[in-house]
Amino acid sequence: MPDASAPPAGNDATAHSVSSPEGEIEIGRLSKVFGAGATAFRALDGVSLAIRRGEFFTLLGPSGCGKTTLLRLIAGFEQPSSGTLRIGGQEVAGLGPNRRPVNTVFQNYALFPHMSVADNIGFGLRMLGRRRAEVQSATAEMLRLVRMEELADRRPGEISGGQQQRVALARALAPRPRVLLLDEPLSALDLKLRKEMQSELKRLQAETGITFVFVTHDQEEALTMSDRIAVMNAGRILQTGSPEEIYNHPADRFVADFIGDTNFLEVELLEVAAAGARIRLPGGAALPANLPAGPAPAAGSCVTVVIRPEHARLADADGALAGTVERSVFFGTDTHVHLRLDDGSSFTLRRQNSAAAGPAPDPGSRVGIALAEGALQLLRN
Amino acid sequence: MARTGFSITRLPGFGAIAIATFLMLYIPILTLVVFSFNAQASMSQWGGFSLQWYEAAYNNRQVRDVSIRSLWLAVVASGIATAVATLAALGTTRTSRFPGQTMIYALINQPLMVPEIVTGVALLIFFAAIKVQTGYTGMGYLVAAHTAFCIPFAYLPIKARLETMDLTLERAAADLYATSFQAFRHITLPLLMPGILAGFMLGFVISLDTVVITEFVKSAGQDTLPTYMLGQLRRQVTPEMNAIATLFLLLSLCAVTVFFLLSRKRA
Repeated sequence: MPDASAPPAGNDATAHSVSSPEGEIEIGRLSKVFGAGATAFRALDGVSLAIRRGEFFTLLGPSGCGKTTLLRLIAGFEQPSSGTLRIGGQEVAGLGPNRRPVNTVFQNYALFPHMSVADNIGFGLRMLGRRRAEVQSATAEMLRLVRMEELADRRPGEISGGQQQRVALARALAPRPRVLLLDEPLSALDLKLRKEMQSELKRLQAETGITFVFVTHDQEEALTMSDRIAVMNAGRILQTGSPEEIYNHPADRFVADFIGDTNFLEVELLEVAAAGARIRLPGGAALPANLPAGPAPAAGSCVTVVIRPEHARLADADGALAGTVERSVFFGTDTHVHLRLDDGSSFTLRRQNSAAAGPAPDPGSRVGIALAEGALQLLRN
Repeated sequence: MARTGFSITRLPGFGAIAIATFLMLYIPILTLVVFSFNAQASMSQWGGFSLQWYEAAYNNRQVRDVSIRSLWLAVVASGIATAVATLAALGTTRTSRFPGQTMIYALINQPLMVPEIVTGVALLIFFAAIKVQTGYTGMGYLVAAHTAFCIPFAYLPIKARLETMDLTLERAAADLYATSFQAFRHITLPLLMPGILAGFMLGFVISLDTVVITEFVKSAGQDTLPTYMLGQLRRQVTPEMNAIATLFLLLSLCAVTVFFLLSRKRA
């Protein structure tokens, strides 16, 4: 694709080369307040973020966390109350959506019902005033990219939900935007189609090299698709990092709880060093633990550690922790064993089912719990 | 006895009342239509089938004149009213709520609430003053009066359609580099078109049908079909009037059918 076909949208190739590869989108202390006075609602509260060029970036959080508001601010459908927002090195605050080099895939697709699939895909380029021949060739290429050549003349009402999804993607990609925004685009699809579209999205991103900003509340979707994830809650970003970082080293209780199954243990912090910390478990065992980013808590204080269920295994009576089995739940490939620790807290571990594993322990039996190395992650207070 | 609850259709006499109501509604109209084909000049005695009254109406120069005037007035007044109503509907649905919005609704729908006779008298006095001042006695007064009267009827179907339209479509157009005008021209207007046409057809029928306001506003020689019919009936009644009324009914039915089909059409 020639670079000249990138939408002008208040920007040009010069700014493209000047901007650092670090920040395709640079967001500084961005806030959005809806309403005023006593009924004011702070949907976004001083968010700072840098999204790199060409990455698949996911905004993950529960509904109402501000992720969609942030997406709308980037698209230009809303204007920020305060803060800065730069796309490709250019400040875009005050510019309307038609003047920004970003395109959106809407949750309900928002295909134009009175236009054919091909006319939908070519709409952006036509609005940019491109020549007819150029619009046609770009539309044909997009139809091929999303494998919809045969349905070019159909209306959106005449194709399936999955096909509409592809058309919405093609329409948003056709003008070759700097950034593609995706607002929970897979939520309306059934499970099988969703899995299919997940790999389709990854393929399209790899083939076009366009920066994708993806909004979802589905943690599994976020983990499997993203280069980096920002976990949001109550209008703030709690943690930004690769899926592995977010999953293995959650810095925050909300992040740990929102992503995957988690055990929380209250422990005593023995010492803090550059490499890590040592903590004392309720049972008395002293073990190393990973420190979260940011200022470390003081030694001697009571802190919370996170242990993922798959990082613990049943041991003989001499494990780091000890407790009583309450019940076991069979999940096919693995079994979840729910335990009550001696200090009264609950604990879940995940046991891989294999021919050699033997039967799950009976309820009421006393067991030990061994923890894998590096399994303990300290949380920010 | 298995009683599942109150059902109005099971009340004694329900069917009989329903049938009687329909007969009351349609027998007079049916009679009018039937006697338009009467070979006699009687309104009560059937003298065989004939198209002579249709022929008489067709050859009546006055009938042709007032019919053309009625159609012209309805097209012009409803056309202007539809354009105004479209802007009003956009202004009241595509903007954030503003103080006095309910007041605006009330003002737009004023002709629905003010008795027609009051509007008629008010216009008579107001236009008389203007006529004295300017000496102008053309069709402008009728056009203005009919336009104002048609606006709420054109406004309602347009507003209904705008309210069911997916707002993200306009947002998507803006996202794809369309200016506000381009988004309106390429997205909103085509999708709104059935509503606009329905509004036009409704306004057209209303204008065609209006007697009271026309009677007060018209100058000499500006009779429309309804006021002409009213004037004729005062003098002498022949089945020619039945024939004219039947044709008028047919025209209205066509317009209403078009309106109905357009209102049902999905986006």
